[in-house]
Amino acid sequence: MTEESNLLNDELVPETHHLQEAGEALHEKFRDVMPSFEIVCGELILNVTRSGLLAVLGYLRDDDGCRFAQLIDICGVDYPDRDERFEVVYQLLSLKHNARIRVKVSTDENTPVPSVGALFSTAPWFEREAWDMYGIMFDGLVDHRRILTDYGFDGHPLRKDFPLTGHVELRYDEEQRRVVYGPVSLPQDFRVFDNMSPWEAVTDVQLPGDEKVGENPHMPKVGWKPVGGE
Amino acid sequence: MSAQAQTVEVDKVDDAMDREVHIKPYTMNFGPQHPAAHGVLRLVLEMDGEVVERADPHIGLLHRGTEKLIEYKTYMQALPYFDRLDYVSPMNQEHAFALAVEKLLGLEVPERAQYIRVLFCELTRILNHVLNITTFALDVGAITPALWGFEEREKGMEFYDRVCGARLHANYVRPGGVAMDLPAGLLEDMSAWVDHFPSVLNDLDSLLTENRIFKQRTVDIGVVSQAQALDWGFTGPNIRASGLAWDLRKSQPYDVYDRMEFDVPVGTTGDCYARYLVRMEEMRQSLRIMRQCIKDMPQGIVKTNDYKVCPPPRAEMKNSMEALIHHFKLFTEGVHVPAGETYTAVEAPKGEFGVYLVSDGTNRPYRCHIRAPGFAHLQGLDFMSKGHMLADVVANIGSLDIVFGEIDR
Repeated sequence: MTEESNLLNDELVPETHHLQEAGEALHEKFRDVMPSFEIVCGELILNVTRSGLLAVLGYLRDDDGCRFAQLIDICGVDYPDRDERFEVVYQLLSLKHNARIRVKVSTDENTPVPSVGALFSTAPWFEREAWDMYGIMFDGLVDHRRILTDYGFDGHPLRKDFPLTGHVELRYDEEQRRVVYGPVSLPQDFRVFDNMSPWEAVTDVQLPGDEKVGENPHMPKVGWKPVGGE
Repeated sequence: MSAQAQTVEVDKVDDAMDREVHIKPYTMNFGPQHPAAHGVLRLVLEMDGEVVERADPHIGLLHRGTEKLIEYKTYMQALPYFDRLDYVSPMNQEHAFALAVEKLLGLEVPERAQYIRVLFCELTRILNHVLNITTFALDVGAITPALWGFEEREKGMEFYDRVCGARLHANYVRPGGVAMDLPAGLLEDMSAWVDHFPSVLNDLDSLLTENRIFKQRTVDIGVVSQAQALDWGFTGPNIRASGLAWDLRKSQPYDVYDRMEFDVPVGTTGDCYARYLVRMEEMRQSLRIMRQCIKDMPQGIVKTNDYKVCPPPRAEMKNSMEALIHHFKLFTEGVHVPAGETYTAVEAPKGEFGVYLVSDGTNRPYRCHIRAPGFAHLQGLDFMSKGHMLADVVANIGSLDIVFGEIDR
């Protein structure tokens, strides 16, 4: 199924030649700060180093061939297995050329990413959100407060190692006559069902009646493989 | 909040006039429980007399961790969260998520489903704008539009009810199509409603457009220039009111929008009044699109017949083992979406609503970031309100079309 849809994907995706050309041109221009670029689902992605971020975004905004005048979105993504676990993703939109581009920077808990507030006025709130949700620091962000979580909140909830239930919950305290925080108490343990592949999981089980299936060369080799006979 | 005290120059302290002019700025709290805050907006205003010097919105009071929850749900279970973002325009947001998943799956949607989606997205746009315009009018002193408009809104929501069983939280658009076909007679009734609705718009028009008080409260208030609109990430009616003819339905059409004939209304002044006018005209254009959808609606299936993505029909499950297995697999394990990532945006009634979806090849999204138009718009409130009176802040909030479900997520 996966192979089929990938084939379909390539047919459905519109022309990507111009994206390839644009990516190569930008790669050529910013060779030292742009390790790579890629095209996924017909969308151009530039991987940029932290030090080159402002230069690349400034160029994309001001160059006549780009004119990505709108910063649509900034968000963080957490990949705990990587050396630099966070990715900061910038979505840019060019009204003039009717095009989108994505710029990515990676960082870790302790290394700040340069703030792009000087280039796009809309950046600070999105950067505050990335700080709040992931704990990504931004160098030059004037207003480095949290934005979505409560005053005095502890932790960064969208990190993969932050539990879905959180650590604290609100309740009304009868004695103090106000709402107070307390540790989360669950009536039953928190459970996650991923339901992944109950089918393929039985591959190593020898079912009665299937003892000779490996001996027949015409039998399809999908589904399960017989265990060696003894 | 410590307000920056204005220092009076020492040699002028004796000047009595000067002492009167320098009023110490003070900080005012607006909301979170204020009817004109359109939800739970806490606004900390630094005032110089009655003039706003700085507006600092404190948001997040409705934060529910939608993005985190979605990471723990299968793609089908994640869909209803999108109704609960901007709860005034649920289907447009489902549409964005469905399009993103379809893009990752490389899936084509049956034509009839595309028409149904567009039809209901435009209905939603009208319902959204009716709510916004009438409550905006309520904020600046007109009560009648809200009374009249909400009656019509209710009729529109009955169509929601009939097509999916819910007035608000639809859960109707699915990756691969829509949940079920239109019930018999719905198109005829919608057609009658579409013919009737212009008279409602004319009523609203006659109440507001030339209304002296309404114009006094909105004209030249909260002016946003083209450069500011771009810089602050404005989208949707708010960027069009500033004179930029930008509409994703035209420039990056999705589903069957490229077959629809409609105009993109553009404002000239960029003030609250222009934003109102743009929304009024957008409703008329939405009616045009709805008419075309109803007229051209093809027959056929309403969800893809790839049973790896959409469940098979109930009747088939009675006879076919394959269908039964597919159904079981879909509602336990869910769809495995190939690894990849996409940013897919739609023209929601409030502006560009985008979904940045990262898939790692499993049955659940690895990351689903939601780009809400209101988030960027509310950030612009500070520069729009600077130098205006306190009452104009209310007009600005109303004209920006703020709903906290999508801003706080």
